[in-house]
Amino acid sequence: MSTRTVEPAADVDKPRTSRLVDLLRAREAGIGLLIVVLVGLTSLDNHHFLSANSIQQLLSGAALIALLGVGETLVIVTRNVDLSVGSVLGLSAYIVGDLFKHEHIPAWSGFLIAMTVGAGIGAVNGFITTVMRVPSLVVTLAMLYIVRGIDGVIVNGHIVNPTAIPHSFTAVGYQNLLGVPWLFIIVAGVVVVAAYAMRSYRASRDLYAIGSNPAAAALIGIPATRRVFAAFVISGTLAGLAGALFLALNAQVDNSAGQGYELQVIAAVVVGGVAIFGGSGTVVGAALGAVLLHTIQQALVALRISAFWNGAIAGGLLLAAIAFDRWLTLRNARKLASAEGAHRNV
Amino acid sequence: MSDVMTPTPPKVDAPAADSGARRLWSGVARWETGLLVVLFGVLIFGAAESSVFLTSSTLFFMGINIGYIAIMALPMTFVVMTGEIDLSVASMLGLSGAVVGDLWHHGWGIWPAFGVALLVGLAGGALNGLLVARFGLPSIAVTIGTLTLFRGLAEILLGSVTVPGIGDRLFPVSLTNIGVLPVGGTELSWSLLIFLILAMVFGVVLHATPLGRSMVAIGLQPEAAEFAGIRVTRIKFGLFVLSGLLSAFAGILLTLQNSSVSYNAGVGLELNVVAIALFGGVSIFGGRGTILGVVLSVAIIGSLQMALTQMQVQPEKQNIITGILLLLSVVIPNGGEVIGRLRARVRRGRSRSAA
Amino acid sequence: MSRIRLTRHTTLAVATVVVASLSLAACSSSSKNSATNPTASATGTGIKSGLTVYFIPKDTQNPYEVLADKGGQAALAELGGKVVVSSGTQDTAAAQLPSIQAAIQAKADAIVIAANDPKALCPQLNQAAQAGIQIVAFDSDISCGSSPSHLFINQADTKTIGTSEVDLLAKEINSSGQIAILSAAASATNQNAWIGYMKEQLKKYPKMQLVTTVYGNDDPQTSLTVLQGLLSAYPNLRGIISPTTVGISTAAQYLDSHKSLLSHLTLTGLGLPSQMKTYVKDGTVTAFELWNPSDLGYLAGYAAASLASGSASLQANSSFKAGHLGTYKVLAPAGETGPSVVLGPPTVFDKSNIDKFNF
Repeated sequence: MSTRTVEPAADVDKPRTSRLVDLLRAREAGIGLLIVVLVGLTSLDNHHFLSANSIQQLLSGAALIALLGVGETLVIVTRNVDLSVGSVLGLSAYIVGDLFKHEHIPAWSGFLIAMTVGAGIGAVNGFITTVMRVPSLVVTLAMLYIVRGIDGVIVNGHIVNPTAIPHSFTAVGYQNLLGVPWLFIIVAGVVVVAAYAMRSYRASRDLYAIGSNPAAAALIGIPATRRVFAAFVISGTLAGLAGALFLALNAQVDNSAGQGYELQVIAAVVVGGVAIFGGSGTVVGAALGAVLLHTIQQALVALRISAFWNGAIAGGLLLAAIAFDRWLTLRNARKLASAEGAHRNV
Repeated sequence: MSDVMTPTPPKVDAPAADSGARRLWSGVARWETGLLVVLFGVLIFGAAESSVFLTSSTLFFMGINIGYIAIMALPMTFVVMTGEIDLSVASMLGLSGAVVGDLWHHGWGIWPAFGVALLVGLAGGALNGLLVARFGLPSIAVTIGTLTLFRGLAEILLGSVTVPGIGDRLFPVSLTNIGVLPVGGTELSWSLLIFLILAMVFGVVLHATPLGRSMVAIGLQPEAAEFAGIRVTRIKFGLFVLSGLLSAFAGILLTLQNSSVSYNAGVGLELNVVAIALFGGVSIFGGRGTILGVVLSVAIIGSLQMALTQMQVQPEKQNIITGILLLLSVVIPNGGEVIGRLRARVRRGRSRSAA
Repeated sequence: MSRIRLTRHTTLAVATVVVASLSLAACSSSSKNSATNPTASATGTGIKSGLTVYFIPKDTQNPYEVLADKGGQAALAELGGKVVVSSGTQDTAAAQLPSIQAAIQAKADAIVIAANDPKALCPQLNQAAQAGIQIVAFDSDISCGSSPSHLFINQADTKTIGTSEVDLLAKEINSSGQIAILSAAASATNQNAWIGYMKEQLKKYPKMQLVTTVYGNDDPQTSLTVLQGLLSAYPNLRGIISPTTVGISTAAQYLDSHKSLLSHLTLTGLGLPSQMKTYVKDGTVTAFELWNPSDLGYLAGYAAASLASGSASLQANSSFKAGHLGTYKVLAPAGETGPSVVLGPPTVFDKSNIDKFNF
């Protein structure tokens, strides 16, 4: 393997990246703070909002979108996008449910199968995007339709009912370990592993380089094709895992599972500070973005605001988050610039 | 600064982008030839497989189904040409309808209600334009936000009510007739006729005016366009306003076609609008696309849906076919280049293994 | 140079693949549509044979409506006609329009529709009626006034559904405490009608207080989210009514996994026995209601065929035969509902009888 043929570039890259990391840390702290403030304000009005049960709900409710957000982040930092995640979730959830119903497969294999289905579709996305050089937005938009269509043909108006699903499988969806939902533990585990990998390994750092400047990345010898392909496969795999968790959580699945999730995921990722045109952002930010959006939704119900207001308020907050992020980036860039005198484009 | 915001056109578009205007034009013309062939294929297929495909009502029904969506695809084409995207169109369509419905419910006249709905379209478009063009926020993120916001506002206005409800006046029949009667002497629906007229205007603007050339330039090389004196900010702002306005107009048309409105009219159509533009050969990275391509794309998608529904093909399979067509529309133009590269790679691999 | 040659290939390739994928679709589609002219009265019931009835469900994947479609198919099979099921994949009016148009073009004899919007489909349905097609609505009614006039197959009397669910819950929580409703979409016609009657009925239980209605949009994930929000907003909630199959099963799954809530919280509503069996047996849910969706489709199929044959009419108190279900009487218009037929009182499912039902 020849992944470390570009040693000199690493040195050039280093100081910039670590500054970037600091900046993003601040940014994640900001989202975290926002969540805390929101929970705090809501619980002033409705103190039950701060109960253990309620916090558990917050964490497990945001888990699926957060999980999809991790994969989406990997793809988006390379200046690509994956719109097929919702359809992949739906297809893998149904396939596993159907296997439980008809083949009585063991519970653990459900996760493996779901992830395999997801990885397969991710590989198709990745192949067409990298080898055929087709814009990923178009590829994954087409795959959104195709995968949902295939799902529909397989589902054919049926539904997998709770009776068909092993209890040990659904347990993952609702049981707690020392008061912490399993669902949260699994997703948090994925986020932590991904966050560590994104900071520590050359290959994952390449993703940022590809996204921030494709031409330069090619010049210093980064194997962009392989890296982007891998990002799509991981995104697909995590969408597959999300499908299995969806099934564990809801104990039933029909053709509607995951419909429309793609835009929710992108919204969470963007709110989490991942630049939509690549090059910066972290998986922790994306996961926090998902938690924030979910908290907003929950808080609106807890504050007894009419359900009719949900959409408008969520949309307004989303816009505010994007604008705030931009303002923060510009301010930090200005600070950096004045501190250093000379600077490159930010 | 705009380095982060605007993707440099990647290699995909390179053959068209860097080989001069003549090659560009011929490349585009060839793409449309392809679409034309596909259209004929669909028409022949429809005629062969469905006994009622060649009846006049097919054209009218197709217009009813796709006309208002096609109208939104025109400004979408312009927006995408400049390297941006507007995902809020379907929500603006819904909001405009909701405004008409709410004002009508409160006793307003139909024309003043339309006027306010169009103003709301202008305002919503201006909000998108302000955030994207003026503040430099990524359009995909902004318009996902306004997608949620506009639909949310529509929901606040109408809630669970459908207008006209009990005790409301009916919409004027002379106007709602556009949903059941074609334009006199033809089989075109009003919405399709309006689309065709607008398409001509958009085609002239895009292909024969300095403004059109500016949009292409912005899409190909935003920084170069700025240096060349093109007012990038102002043009992008204007395009988002235009998109909001025409989406609101489409919302009015849909309200009249249905002779009623609820808050969720047109929900989820944004991706269909984008798909129409992309299938018409508009490059998602901007700078490439023609209105003729978009018109052909509308004709293909519209007639294919009619044929497949008449033939009782499951809607799930229709989705698969839509997806495959969309995929092919971008894969095939790249096919030659890819095969060349793969060959080179195989050759390289062989020499390596020989060594 | 080679680009030009490639282009010609390209064009050809596009065309070939497209045509190929189309013919693939054509092959896999079910029987070709050939609108045969119905011949007069073959069966003794005064119903023409060879009728074509278009069933247009809310979408083609809704498990509940798939059962109803099957009931309709069974009815038409008995009558020597056929059913074409046609709809979109999403619950929108726009997705149902092409199916109505296809029915008009195929010169169908009747349309049986579960409308995604009470009014948006009226203009095209009216066109269908003018083309001589009988209109029957089921599950979710249309509200088109007299254009077109149509027959509504009511799953159970709207008022009965609303009041009986409140009664069912009242019995379990001793008629007191805060309750909430977990509904489908905010614009769902039938749910809103039932909720209207629930509110009426609640006036009889002064100690029961309806605190809010939340909307899960018939999506499990959304239903779960609003349910969780509901539980944190109203910790003293005693009861939840969910008049939608997706809502009640999602809520049941949640309560099943949070058994501590069951000590003070009761769930009821409308659900499919097959989906709820687990929860009834383990005590999560005591009782809920529904009718047999396939009977509903069967009745709609008979009504459509009888109208198309002239052996039924929209006149109040006229009657028609519906196969093994017996004879049904057309009810006079009342309030917003036009002429209608009621399938029968809803069945209450509990431990004692749930094993007997397989839908």
